[in-house]
Amino acid sequence: MAQVLREVEESPTAQAVERVSVGALASVGRKVSDMLEYAGGLTMLMWETVKTIFRLRIRFAETLNQCYLLGYQSLIIVLLTSLFTGMVFSLESAVQAVQYGFGSFVGGIVSYTVVRELGPMLSAVVVAGRACAAIAAELGSMEVTEQIEALKSLGLAPVRFLVVPRLLALMIMLPLLTVFADVIGVYGGQWIAHAQAHIGTEDFMASARQTVGFEDVVKGLFKALVFAVIIVMIGSYQGLTTKGGAAGVGKSATSAVVTCIILIFILNFVMSYFLYAGA
Amino acid sequence: MAEPIARLDDVSVRFGERVVLQNCSLEVPEGAITCIIGLSGAGKSTILRLLDGLLLPNSGHVYLRENDICHMRESQLIEMRTKIGFAFQFAALFDSMTVGDNVSLPLREHTTLSEKEIYAIVMHTLESVGLSHTYDNMPSELSGGMLKRAGFARAVVTNPELVLYDEPTTGVDPIVTHLLTDTIKRLRKQLNATAVVISHDLQSIYMMADYVAMLFEGAIIANGTVDEVRKSTNPIVQQFLQGSEVGPIPL
Repeated sequence: MAQVLREVEESPTAQAVERVSVGALASVGRKVSDMLEYAGGLTMLMWETVKTIFRLRIRFAETLNQCYLLGYQSLIIVLLTSLFTGMVFSLESAVQAVQYGFGSFVGGIVSYTVVRELGPMLSAVVVAGRACAAIAAELGSMEVTEQIEALKSLGLAPVRFLVVPRLLALMIMLPLLTVFADVIGVYGGQWIAHAQAHIGTEDFMASARQTVGFEDVVKGLFKALVFAVIIVMIGSYQGLTTKGGAAGVGKSATSAVVTCIILIFILNFVMSYFLYAGA
Repeated sequence: MAEPIARLDDVSVRFGERVVLQNCSLEVPEGAITCIIGLSGAGKSTILRLLDGLLLPNSGHVYLRENDICHMRESQLIEMRTKIGFAFQFAALFDSMTVGDNVSLPLREHTTLSEKEIYAIVMHTLESVGLSHTYDNMPSELSGGMLKRAGFARAVVTNPELVLYDEPTTGVDPIVTHLLTDTIKRLRKQLNATAVVISHDLQSIYMMADYVAMLFEGAIIANGTVDEVRKSTNPIVQQFLQGSEVGPIPL
């Protein structure tokens, strides 16, 4: 029996199976280890950032500059995205609602969805596509051209110099952008509801006011605040850990945007659950 | 040899499986220019990063005067780095700032000087490297040699005790090489600082160095004045200095 077992173990098929299994396990192990390293590194960066903010070591001029670069320059695309999303949402729902006699609810449905979900999330996704990639590419390029090391050699902390201004700027600007997105999304929806389903502006707005409360707006802005942190921290971490020249910079930017958008969707669900459904 | 301002004591550095420095010891004499030579990838730039506290060794100690860099907290490292200037191989100027702002940055961040005083110091430093006319230029508007000199200016603007130059003459023509070498010598005298220079350019090393150390396979195999190292009987040193393909250095 022992000899049979040994023969089976030594057979080429068994050795091939063993090689594949070990290879697969090693690959899973590496992935888990990479994920843990990523999470650990990100946590450390966040901790450093929080410490720097609480020590009030803030570069105000650079923070204002980043408000312009990350926030103001994203305004047009956020407005366009939100306007057309509100319009299409209204287009799909208003005509049907009127046909079934629910026309008076359209304003509430559109504004409820825009303020609670679409406004914060779409603004975050659009800003992630623009700002997160920009942060990762800029910091990544600084890393591969030794500019980050140069900062350290001058006795300056990269977190204070680069990460904190971007974080504070987006924590101010993304909620503001979300307010604009909410307003333009609701007005886009109202315009289409009026044009396509002949729902009066007063009816639409009365329904919106009845359905959406101040609390909903605040919760939407809280989501935007969390998304701002995710966008800047992921972009900064990817940038500061860039390796391998120009190709590495491209890889970091792409990876930052993909990771960021996935996290925005996941966190949006989690926050909606606890802020609305769970409650 | 003068008293050392900095020293590596039995330092080992590994990057993953790769051993870069193995029980390496080196003393940097104060007030002199020490050049570190060695093959590409031998770990010369690693020594500079150790001296600036940008990298910590896996074992051994790095001292700046009598202070062990390896046991310093981040705040102490930041304080220490204000006494050290680092001129990077490709200058590493911040490309979102003008040359003037790049050179002003350490003064703005670490001193309470007024903008007027900072401007005067920066202009004086830029003049000393022949770049006073580039104050408002962006780094992308400068040539390779000018970039390196602007990097020198940023490294020395705070009057550091120790200035580290990482391959200052790589990638520039012979005339600019001569100019850069001359600038390093002049800055050392002007600041009365110590300099450590990494270079492959033997002509410029002979021109500026007071001491030369040769790094090979993770350790210093020759160390002394230029003449002492040139007369070394070590076949590895001789092969390197002669640039010969024949000898004990594996190609």
